[in-house]
Amino acid sequence: MAAIVVSGLRKSYGALEAVRGIDFEVAEGEVFALLGPNGAGKTTTVEILEGYRGRDAGTVSVLGFDPAHGGVQFRERVGIVLQECGIEELLTPREALDRQAGYYSKARPVDEVIDLVGLADKATARIRTLSGGQRRRLDLALALVGDPDLIFLDEPTTGFDPQARRNAWEFVKRLCGLGKTILLTTHYMEEAQFLAHRVAVMAEGRLVALGQPDALGGRDSGGAQIRFAMSDSAALSDLPMAARLDGGRVLVETADVTRALHVLTGWALERGIDLNGLTVTRRSLEDVYLDLVGR
Amino acid sequence: MRALALIAHQIRYEQKLYWRSPSSAMFTFLFPILLLVIFASMNVATRLAALGGINYNQYYIPGIVAFGVISACYSNLAIGLCFRRDAGVLKRVRGTPLPPWIFMAGNIGSSLLVSALLTVLTTAVGVMFYGVRFPGRYGALLVTLGVGAFCFCGLGIAITALIPVATAAPAIVNGLLFPILFISGTFFPVDPGSWLGSIASFFPIRHFQQAVFAVFDPRASGTGLEPRALLVMLAWGAAAAALAIRDFRWEPIRK
Repeated sequence: MAAIVVSGLRKSYGALEAVRGIDFEVAEGEVFALLGPNGAGKTTTVEILEGYRGRDAGTVSVLGFDPAHGGVQFRERVGIVLQECGIEELLTPREALDRQAGYYSKARPVDEVIDLVGLADKATARIRTLSGGQRRRLDLALALVGDPDLIFLDEPTTGFDPQARRNAWEFVKRLCGLGKTILLTTHYMEEAQFLAHRVAVMAEGRLVALGQPDALGGRDSGGAQIRFAMSDSAALSDLPMAARLDGGRVLVETADVTRALHVLTGWALERGIDLNGLTVTRRSLEDVYLDLVGR
Repeated sequence: MRALALIAHQIRYEQKLYWRSPSSAMFTFLFPILLLVIFASMNVATRLAALGGINYNQYYIPGIVAFGVISACYSNLAIGLCFRRDAGVLKRVRGTPLPPWIFMAGNIGSSLLVSALLTVLTTAVGVMFYGVRFPGRYGALLVTLGVGAFCFCGLGIAITALIPVATAAPAIVNGLLFPILFISGTFFPVDPGSWLGSIASFFPIRHFQQAVFAVFDPRASGTGLEPRALLVMLAWGAAAAALAIRDFRWEPIRK
């Protein structure tokens, strides 16, 4: 069953068409990532799904509700982590969570949520003394305290150091393991790659690609690059296939990796040549992404 | 029942926030007390001929009671809501199941508590140290302050729609308030027939000041209620509430 169904969604701000007719579905229990450069329409799309914005055209169903008119019952079931959103700095995390828990008919115990996000040692400190990463964890805790079925994460790890990002990812994986549906926006390709079951790429208000991160833009079936270094004795022209030099190493681009490797290694063994530092790489998600968004 | 419990929950946290915030506690709570002590001490022996020779403080303390309610309702709500709106705090609240009207009720309830505290404190200081007489018109005091709180809470919420950025809020809120406080006779009597008095009669502050003074007026007999002044305040409050319901913004006006 689909947690989110979007069809023909459009939204303009004056003359600016922020979202120009997009369609997608997110299944229950899925982690779905929305990628795209700034100004692509990601946040507008997510804010329509969260019920913050109206829409000009199209239909939207979130957990069976129209978020524009969802009301309390809709809000009971979604948790929202906004991008850079203010918080009552003069409360402590425990107080902020206790206050928010009071808004839900079936909230999780506050201490449990504090432990879950690892804020136990800061639970009674004023929020204004928290670091950026600790605040972001509190944002997450506030989104989780109502025990939602669907969680929106708008750029949840922006500004994190690599270790904090890793921890956040593991945490999102755990949420997913609890059966939560997660809609994530991010600038980080590794984040989408690591977390998302499916990825949608937005550019200029449109969806330009939608699929599993490994298959996006034909990554799994498209060509690969073979790179290695050779001793001087073998010239580029001796190779059994087309190749060129790329930063001091030999680069072979091929659509059929298996065959190319077989021919190449057979050729090298016959002549007793070492293919130093031999690597095979496919286009990264980032390469595909940059092609898609036209940068 | 659940709504009432939620409002109490909100008031509890609004109170924590109020007393922990140096700006709100300083400006909206201590300021009326400070003005009370300064002017009351300066004019201990002053008699007001225009008001039948009563002591200045018998006139001034009711004015400060009105000012306390205005400060706790209008200034506190307007400035506090603007800053929370621009910081994104209100947007976050809108993403939860808390009904918007309960959020507002919590804010208003907290302002009422502060108003009540200021009223008791101001009156007690007046009675104990400045020879002010409270004629025991508790019902009239409650009705008058209730109407005043409705009027000035409404204005405090409504004016946020006219304040584009929070950093401008203190200047706009106080810039409007203080000139009108002065011409309304809050600190020194202003002749109702004068041109200043006529201008002041358009705004609700003069009516509030006069209505509270009527409750304290030692010369008057009767209920101490000023129906005409209360009606003017109700009209202002209703207009403000309508504007607030139509135009209140939960997200920053300028991005």
